[in-house]
Amino acid sequence: MAVAATTKTGARPSRAGRRLSAPAWVGTVPFFAYVAIFLIWPTGIVIVDAVKNPSGAWAFSNLSEFGNPVLRGYFIGSFKLCLISSVTGAVFGAILAYAVASGDPDGLIRRLYIAVSGVLAQTGGVTLAFAFLVLIGPVGLLFHASWYFDFPWGIGLIYTYFQIPLMVLVFMPAIDGLKVQWREASENLGASSWQYWRHVGGPLLLPAFLGATLLLFANALSAFATIQAWENQIPYIVPQQISTALSSEVGLNNVNEADLLALGMIIMVAIVMTGYALLLRRAARWLR
Amino acid sequence: MAAVTSVGETPVAAPARRPAGMQAGRRRRLNIFRYVVFTIFGLFFLLPLLAMARFSLEAPNKLGTWSVQAWRQIASYQNTGIPPLLSSIELTLELAVITCAVMLVLLLPTMIWVRLRVRWLARTIEFLCLLPLTIPAIVLVVGLAYIYNRIQRIELSTLMLFWVYVILALPYAYRALSAGLTAIDVTTLSEAARSLGASWFTVIVRVIAPNMRAAILNAVVLTVALVLGEFTIAYLLLYTNLQVELYSISRNTPNAGVLFSTSLAVLMFTFVLLLIVSYAGRRRRGRG
Amino acid sequence: MEGLSRHYGPVVALDRLDLTLQPGELIVLLGPSGCGKTTTLRLLAGLEDADIGQIFVGGKDITRLPASKRDMGMVFQAYSLFPHMTVRQNVAFGLRLRRVGAAQRDQRAMDMLDLVGLAEQATRYPHQLSGGQQQRVALARALAIEPQVLLLDEPLSALDAKVRAQLRDEIRRIQLEVGITTLFVTHDQEEALAIADRVGVMREGHIEQLAPPTEVYSRPATSFVAEFVGLSNRLSGEVRDGNVIVRGFTLPLVERETPDGQVVALVRPEAVTLASDDAPESGALVGTVIAVTFLGATSRVTVDLGDTTVLAQLSTADATALPAGSRVALTIRPDPVLVSASSDPAVSVAGEEA
Repeated sequence: MAVAATTKTGARPSRAGRRLSAPAWVGTVPFFAYVAIFLIWPTGIVIVDAVKNPSGAWAFSNLSEFGNPVLRGYFIGSFKLCLISSVTGAVFGAILAYAVASGDPDGLIRRLYIAVSGVLAQTGGVTLAFAFLVLIGPVGLLFHASWYFDFPWGIGLIYTYFQIPLMVLVFMPAIDGLKVQWREASENLGASSWQYWRHVGGPLLLPAFLGATLLLFANALSAFATIQAWENQIPYIVPQQISTALSSEVGLNNVNEADLLALGMIIMVAIVMTGYALLLRRAARWLR
Repeated sequence: MAAVTSVGETPVAAPARRPAGMQAGRRRRLNIFRYVVFTIFGLFFLLPLLAMARFSLEAPNKLGTWSVQAWRQIASYQNTGIPPLLSSIELTLELAVITCAVMLVLLLPTMIWVRLRVRWLARTIEFLCLLPLTIPAIVLVVGLAYIYNRIQRIELSTLMLFWVYVILALPYAYRALSAGLTAIDVTTLSEAARSLGASWFTVIVRVIAPNMRAAILNAVVLTVALVLGEFTIAYLLLYTNLQVELYSISRNTPNAGVLFSTSLAVLMFTFVLLLIVSYAGRRRRGRG
Repeated sequence: MEGLSRHYGPVVALDRLDLTLQPGELIVLLGPSGCGKTTTLRLLAGLEDADIGQIFVGGKDITRLPASKRDMGMVFQAYSLFPHMTVRQNVAFGLRLRRVGAAQRDQRAMDMLDLVGLAEQATRYPHQLSGGQQQRVALARALAIEPQVLLLDEPLSALDAKVRAQLRDEIRRIQLEVGITTLFVTHDQEEALAIADRVGVMREGHIEQLAPPTEVYSRPATSFVAEFVGLSNRLSGEVRDGNVIVRGFTLPLVERETPDGQVVALVRPEAVTLASDDAPESGALVGTVIAVTFLGATSRVTVDLGDTTVLAQLSTADATALPAGSRVALTIRPDPVLVSASSDPAVSVAGEEA
């Protein structure tokens, strides 16, 4: 499908039509406006209100609430759950991703597993909670896992159920990016399979792997529905506590608790995503 | 070169993978590994689903007998205090459609325009589109709750959720569309079309979009999956969508068969969509 | 070292192929896409398995030996350098696997980089180098392990024309200096003719001719070789008594035993001489120049003889005297020619479609 370029870049095609009187970026205004209203503004509200009193005055002392052990407990809870599920998801997901990627690129198995991963990675937490409830819950079909309602194990398992597919989706491009010539060249130079992975494949995949793990972590951090449907009485993690705080009148004194928690979440996730972006840049350079 | 299906020759412009070009011994070991992995993970993913299926096919008061009542109930289930299940399903589907439409209208022209004329904004757009991954829905809700309170009791239809859903879908849609845009030479195509006298609308709708069919489908399916699975924002803003409804039902009558049948239906629906889209994408590879 | 011989059953890619390399020689496998040349190379490297047949190196049967245990150095077409290692680390990689000490490794790596002329780039990364430089590093890396055989899989195909010519001569120089037995695969006949000790022209899984370049060019064994290597004019003629008569010119045949009859003779453009129309030799054909293609030192002149067109190759100086539109007298030098039965679907000139 060869399209002969009529002109090189530089010749403005609008010469053929009417010249726009406004600068080109005006065309992006609708998008920016939309995002500003529905994303930036709510986030801004959260951040700003976190450091304000209920009466509206500035109160940066609110930030000291982060030292509150109860509050810290929620964050630690979140952290534990996310760490377990993201590391487990990453390791197993990487194995599965390799198994899928090393097969026929157009084959049925690959398509199936990618479609499955797409579905499961996006599955609502409510559905997942149902599924595991009937599998290993009190009337579980498979068996009753006594630890099912323990935090973080039962819920961690459920998280893994969607973390693994997410890992497959995010990590497989990196595996695909491993050029077959590298494998062949290393073999030709005398490397065994193990040596290849240790010296070439492993180092090359490491940034992408770590980045993907971080993404999984951020994903777990944000999950609310799953744990809500799993056991909605006790807030173990930050999202749940936010929900409780939103719906109840009783909270920490003089502090907009929900906002504070939300601010904490933003910071946590922002740190994680920055790390992810950096690692991705390194990986992209090698595996393009 | 037609007749020679040679073992070693690589077709031009194929993925860098040549599954045929490997030593027999290694290939065998790899295949064993792959099948073991697929079996294990297949089981892991299937078991909860099978458990759900089993529960969905069980007669309500007579354990051990089969019945498809739960499936028929999808259309007829009703309980006091909550809207009929079917109406939630319809509502959510409508939401999905609206969200897709708005997302496409907002994102696609913007992305194309940026790629053509305002390249320096590309980074910003990308950042904004990936931001929702960083700002969890739960946080957005906190901010949105304030806006909602300010709007005071205007009984907004649940369909108004689409404003936020578009934001939630941005990361996934952006990535899908971006991959599609990269694969085609947007600049050349649009310059060619413009030099033939096409308006920008024509360029986008009739020249570029048809060449991005796979990517657009991908973005649409991902968005639909997202809307169908969304719980957090709807729940916390006190709307009733599909997942919220399922959740309510589960609070009233846990283990109601209809919960499982509906969840499975949604899963299968999404799965089929994704599978279809994956075939739509591959057809291009056949050439060259 | 003895070289190798191979023998395969009717696999689609390779059809009972036998090939022996003498120590220190550079053989180029030449042929169109899909002819099996790359397959041959990869079989030798151990990256693929043969269905039937054996490979010997230095008398030893290595057919069952995995790629990592064979003592070969390979240069790939592109992308084979490890992007996360510096140039020196890339070159030293093979040595590292063989547990050579660090100091010794680095020394040898630098020696190799000197050999290919890239010593100053030792601490750079592959993505910072040009295509030609990357291939040189690949060469250094392959040679660092002192292999018995050097394999090159179209190493110049991905490079610009100018770099290609330079690097090609470099490779030959290095190969001669090191004295290593080498197998080189390409579809570019100019490359093949320029550097090979022997050229193996391949087609659909077997070798049509294996001979030094001059022989392949001037005494092609089959019409495929004649058409693939260099240009040929296809002119109808009649065989009589071991000669073929083309347009009144009697040309000796390469194969004297060709039976009498109508054939298509393959005449090289260099064998066609043109002179201005003023004082034509007896027997010369008269025609009109349609086009002159300037190729640098030589030019190719297309002449219309009324019922067919003929390509002639002249020095540019001579060609300028015969611009398009002028009438010329055409003679054919009595070089031995190859003939083929009239409608042989041989591959068209220069081997490749766009």
